[in-house]
Amino acid sequence: MSSTLLIIQTLNGLQLGVLLFLIAAGLTLVFGVMDFINLAHGVQYMLGAYLAAMFVPLTGSFVLGLILALATALLVGLVLEVVVMRHLYDRDHLEQVLATFGLILFLNEGVKIIWGAAPLQVPMPQALSGTIRIADGVLYPVWRLAIIGSGLAVAVGLWLVVTKTRVGMLIRAGATNAPMVSALGIDIRRLFMIVFGFGAMLAGFAGAMAAPVLSVEPGMGDNLLILAFVVIVIGGIGSIRGAFVGALLVGLVDTLLRSFSVDLLRLGGLSPSDARTIGPAIASMSIYILMAAVLFFRPTGLFPAKG
Amino acid sequence: MAETPVPPVMPAAPPLWRRIWLPVLVFALLAIVPLIWGERFILGLVTRAMIMAIAALSLDLILGYGALVSFGHAAFLGIGAYAVAILFTHDIVDASIAFPVAILAGALFALVTGAISLKTRGVYFIMITLAFGQMALFTATSLSAYGGDDGLRMFHRSEVFGSRLLANDTTFYFVVLGTLLACFLLLKAIVASRFGRVLRGAKENERRMRALGFDPFLYRLAAYVLAGAICALAGALFANLGMFVAPAYMTWQRSGEFIAMVVLGGMGTLIGPIIGGIGVTLVEEWLAQITQHWKVIFGPMVILVAIFARGGIVKLLTRGDR
Amino acid sequence: MSTPVLSLSGLHKSYGALKVTDGVSLDVMPGELHAIIGPNGAGKTTLIGEITGEVALDAGTISFCGEDITRLPIHQRALRGLTRSFQITQVLPGFTALENVATAAQAHDGSSFHFFRRASSESHLNRVAMDALAQVGLAPRAGMVAASLSHGEKRQLEIAMALVSSPKILLLDEPMAGMGREETEGMVEVLMALKGRYPMVLVEHDMHAVFRLADRISVLVYGRVIASGTPEAVRADPAVREAYLGEEDFA
Repeated sequence: MSSTLLIIQTLNGLQLGVLLFLIAAGLTLVFGVMDFINLAHGVQYMLGAYLAAMFVPLTGSFVLGLILALATALLVGLVLEVVVMRHLYDRDHLEQVLATFGLILFLNEGVKIIWGAAPLQVPMPQALSGTIRIADGVLYPVWRLAIIGSGLAVAVGLWLVVTKTRVGMLIRAGATNAPMVSALGIDIRRLFMIVFGFGAMLAGFAGAMAAPVLSVEPGMGDNLLILAFVVIVIGGIGSIRGAFVGALLVGLVDTLLRSFSVDLLRLGGLSPSDARTIGPAIASMSIYILMAAVLFFRPTGLFPAKG
Repeated sequence: MAETPVPPVMPAAPPLWRRIWLPVLVFALLAIVPLIWGERFILGLVTRAMIMAIAALSLDLILGYGALVSFGHAAFLGIGAYAVAILFTHDIVDASIAFPVAILAGALFALVTGAISLKTRGVYFIMITLAFGQMALFTATSLSAYGGDDGLRMFHRSEVFGSRLLANDTTFYFVVLGTLLACFLLLKAIVASRFGRVLRGAKENERRMRALGFDPFLYRLAAYVLAGAICALAGALFANLGMFVAPAYMTWQRSGEFIAMVVLGGMGTLIGPIIGGIGVTLVEEWLAQITQHWKVIFGPMVILVAIFARGGIVKLLTRGDR
Repeated sequence: MSTPVLSLSGLHKSYGALKVTDGVSLDVMPGELHAIIGPNGAGKTTLIGEITGEVALDAGTISFCGEDITRLPIHQRALRGLTRSFQITQVLPGFTALENVATAAQAHDGSSFHFFRRASSESHLNRVAMDALAQVGLAPRAGMVAASLSHGEKRQLEIAMALVSSPKILLLDEPMAGMGREETEGMVEVLMALKGRYPMVLVEHDMHAVFRLADRISVLVYGRVIASGTPEAVRADPAVREAYLGEEDFA
């Protein structure tokens, strides 16, 4: 395994990790503050990508398209909150899982009706479409670096909001003890709506940023949703810090093992053909094994938010 | 201990007919389907619906009676199906070997994953079962010797002690119906047994059960293994139905459908998941006839079920019985 | 003197800087009703939790019928006859009163890994359960779902569940809490009838009840036993009077 490949794959892993963080952040807050399992969070990500695919060509500007996409993603999130989620906050997890599962079916299919089943492409902004030399003989697409950069910027911003502002304080308090917050006379419903809409927008942002490097297609959020769940379970539900650490961990482990598992197994003494059969299986299972291991030793994740 | 007179009247159970009219009706209807509609398509469809009902029934044991929201139940369906198909490629085509192996494989996977999953609670349990389901899915995808992503085809149905009995669709239909009935009666007995009582008790109040001297973990694990085994049996039948298996059998979407079936039919009852399993399968098929985008109709239906169907169809049908 | 049924020695437990159990040692003798009293926050319920295994100890040992049970999990202790009732009633709400008690009896009647025979037709479990329900005066309610019982009835149900659990000791955590006068009187009578048959640890706020029932009283304040002795001795103890200053019940 060459060091060039290692550098590139590490960056790719970081990029996946950052995207996962953008999705997991909203998911973990909704989880932590409202004790609500939102399976439909992955379709918010998909929606962000589709909205970018619609608005970017329409406006002819990536930035303008992105802004419109984010505003629409926020709006859709708020509508879903009012129409569906709101009725499920004080229900069992089972009913939440089921209802949001229905929402996934609906939105995945709805997207197909509106934009068709064929994958869409989103052009990236001209200025950021090239590659950059990051080391001797190692070229890396600027856009991917932009994804990493913007994701890290959001992480810092989120950290500031959560630790320094009044809303952030309420969110943290809500994640630790929701009844306490409502006992303080805070309108918990409005707090929920803000958190939910904001989470939907973050996921939409991840989708819009990823759109130029991925193909935009129905169901694209489903697998990422599962990964995001793995992230927040590893990190500890309700913890932004946990989501960040978990996301980078999952992004790196998944990406690196996918490219190096065969080599690693061969180093471990397996025959090339065995390594080629077992390697991919192990790679795709690795994060689930990671999660099972974390839960086995720390049943509430690495950074549990609640007592 | 002082002699206390025991009052002669034990609490009375509701009359027999009230407890059995619904199962009798359901199974009677299923039994006459082949006599009324003999077409292959209908037979195949209802057979599939009944196989899904067996899977939903097995999920209900842990979901409805154990309050354990497993989001990876489709894995067991896939494991059972793959066990039959993989043995088939190695020329082991007899059900007398393939089916027990399928059941054992499901039980074993349940034992290992259950022992880990059941250490966690609530949301974490949902997520970890989901993760194990995904692991099973990816394992199937990477089995390049057995078709990988494309799946695996069987040239004919399993033999029964050397005979091609199951090749006849009507025979196969009744075999599946018989299996469904057997699973229903088996679970009926188990739920009412000492074991079932402890399982239900742990759902009612875990702390109390511990203080009484029960370790809920062991009972839940046993229920989980049993559910896995029964669902694998459904998988073995499923492989035989279409003579085909694929990783798509164990997606998390299918696990979600199983949950929908149980909740829609009425969890914590045994006839409920059967009605739900058959109902959901038929409704899906019906909607798919109407439009290729049937999921835009089915999705909101699931949402409505989640929000409004407390107790499910069975609750509606038996209102006032309790 | 005979050996104690339950013996706590040097129990310690703190949550951070807060010492909730601070060197508690006490014995419960065969047939004795040992009451534990103390102001709110004295650590009484924590102490019950430590004895039953719900709260992990920092230090100390608990021995029960001559066996060290300090490391045993909750259900193992329960199976050995360490039987409790809860401060906030813990019944199986969806089960009938009869099935609640029958379930308790089942735990002490061989394996529960029986899959086929109907548990509700096991007549000897039902007989034992009905007998216990009759002893606590709940026989007429046997067929009612536990959730529909009154608060006092649920308390009685808990006692019935304890009775069929082959108890070698009863740990009663505020059995009169939230009860009206009449219900309290009924519970005192039930406990009076049980007294002598089983050794009991009684945590209770109702001083009238405690002083009528107890053979020995230990007073817990801030996690420490400040006095232990006969009701008369404890009533006369100046340290106890100080701890309870202003509580009229104590006069």
